[in-house]
Amino acid sequence: MPFIPHTEDDVRRMLDAIGAESIEQLFDEIPEELKCTSFDIPEGLSEMDVTAIMHQRAAQDANGVCFIGAGSYDHHIPAAVWELTTRGEFYTAYTPYQAEASQGTLQLLYEYQSMMTALTGMDVSNASLYDGASGLAEAVLMAVRANRKSKSRRVLMPRTLHPAYRKTVDTIVRNQNIELIEIPLDRSTGKTDLAALEAYAGEDCTALIIPQPNFFGVLEDVDAMTEWASANNLVTIAVVNPLSLAILKPPGEWGTDGVDICVGEGQPLGIPISSGGPNYGFMCCKKQHVRQMPGRIIGRTVDLDGKPGYALTLQAREQHIRRSKATSNICTNQGLMVTASTIHMALMGGEGLARTASACHANTQTLVEMLTGLEGVERCFDTPVFHEQVLTVDVPVAEVLHSLSEHDVLGGYALADDYPELGNCLLVCATEKRTEAEMQKFADTLDLVLMTHRKAT
Amino acid sequence: MSNTPSDLKYTKSHEWIRENGDGTVTLGITDHAQELLGDLVFVEVPETGTGVEAGGEIAVVESVKAASDVYSPVTGEVIEANEALADAPESVNDSPYENGWICKIRLSDAVELEGLLDADSYATHAEEEEH
Repeated sequence: MPFIPHTEDDVRRMLDAIGAESIEQLFDEIPEELKCTSFDIPEGLSEMDVTAIMHQRAAQDANGVCFIGAGSYDHHIPAAVWELTTRGEFYTAYTPYQAEASQGTLQLLYEYQSMMTALTGMDVSNASLYDGASGLAEAVLMAVRANRKSKSRRVLMPRTLHPAYRKTVDTIVRNQNIELIEIPLDRSTGKTDLAALEAYAGEDCTALIIPQPNFFGVLEDVDAMTEWASANNLVTIAVVNPLSLAILKPPGEWGTDGVDICVGEGQPLGIPISSGGPNYGFMCCKKQHVRQMPGRIIGRTVDLDGKPGYALTLQAREQHIRRSKATSNICTNQGLMVTASTIHMALMGGEGLARTASACHANTQTLVEMLTGLEGVERCFDTPVFHEQVLTVDVPVAEVLHSLSEHDVLGGYALADDYPELGNCLLVCATEKRTEAEMQKFADTLDLVLMTHRKAT
Repeated sequence: MSNTPSDLKYTKSHEWIRENGDGTVTLGITDHAQELLGDLVFVEVPETGTGVEAGGEIAVVESVKAASDVYSPVTGEVIEANEALADAPESVNDSPYENGWICKIRLSDAVELEGLLDADSYATHAEEEEH
């Protein structure tokens, strides 16, 4: 089919029909400073030149041993994962338009959904979203649709939730008449302050977000939070690290009945850090909420000959049918990332994921023992964690991290910008990839760096 | 030919209204509407106590093809919803004027009923829409 562009006359008639003067006017809500006015695209280059530039650019990435977690994690990915993912049959990141013609893709997504429901203990999964943070924003919108008893559109969001997730949710739901209420953290434990939550008992609130582990790696009292929310008629939204679910109680079993919605970032399941993306988000829910779930859902059925086949299901509320009243404007997804994740999970199996998760936990414990053995380094919270820990150091964190990076050690994430009350705190992580020798190097270098900085002051 | 009982009132958006004689009305979608939608798989009924305005959305009927809004032609408060539709959405197909009712509304202003269509006018409207 040829591509037939609109003529100027077509465009004029459409604009007249909706009462707009120009196409630009349709985008006037976008601030001027965010609009691109010119593109600096150079002339074409030879393959050799491009290769040289790409090597140069790649070298700008920090080289070093990674002890930074904070939402993106340095895990081992078996070579087979991306070898298979980049085969021609899979190598498209786009949801197929003629979906049912792509039975292989649909079967893969169906398997993905099955794995995610097994991991989270939930009834249903969609076929993925853009990333963890925007997935949570979708979950908040879904919770507001699902909780029809609540009229307040107030959502309780713990301060222990990932700062980038909090900002993303705020950006997406701010103008939709939804109020986000921050629940403070308990400074002594690093958990959500349950007493502060209790202050909202009996009030009309719509949903509660429950991060597990939270941004500090700390394990929250998820059963108590889920129970509290159910008792007060709030819809519960779990935000989880999917790898941790191989050893932690799945959200489908929190409290008496489990949570209503479960979302998270899929990156720990076979996606490289790649300077920050692309990633993908996952979303699961209880069956009773499935009609409010955004995105695509693949179902298994039989064809006229009784052979198994896969089809998109529950599409009636998607935007190609419901237009402006659709549950979400999500249409494409991170298909290639999901393909990699599905192959990753299939290769690892439940046992492999559980052993990886346990190794991360054990390595982080070892690292923390080593580091807190140094003068001036202490645990900030003495609370059980998954694979991250907040440490306090007695010299300015930003300077420490800079000095460490000069020794090829990426020593963690400084919390001061997001949590001024945790000004001298550092969030560290040791995944299953970190060796005893790497951790020892981190400890020795940190010791040296701290001594140098103390002398300097 | 669709069934259009003469004791009911109708809207151009294919809802029917039955006056219960006590300041309340019962609302559903017409036989013609259910034929157009095809087999219903889900009906989202309103919560009891919800306030509705004339012309406002009050329910969603979902077939395998599409989810469509149901509008209330009257202002008032939902006093009862047909919870049985949760397990039997097909009632709307099988019995649109009896078992397939959607909700009951206490009227704020009975005058609003005067603007509704009678059975003949609705049948004509539905037929014209076909062409």
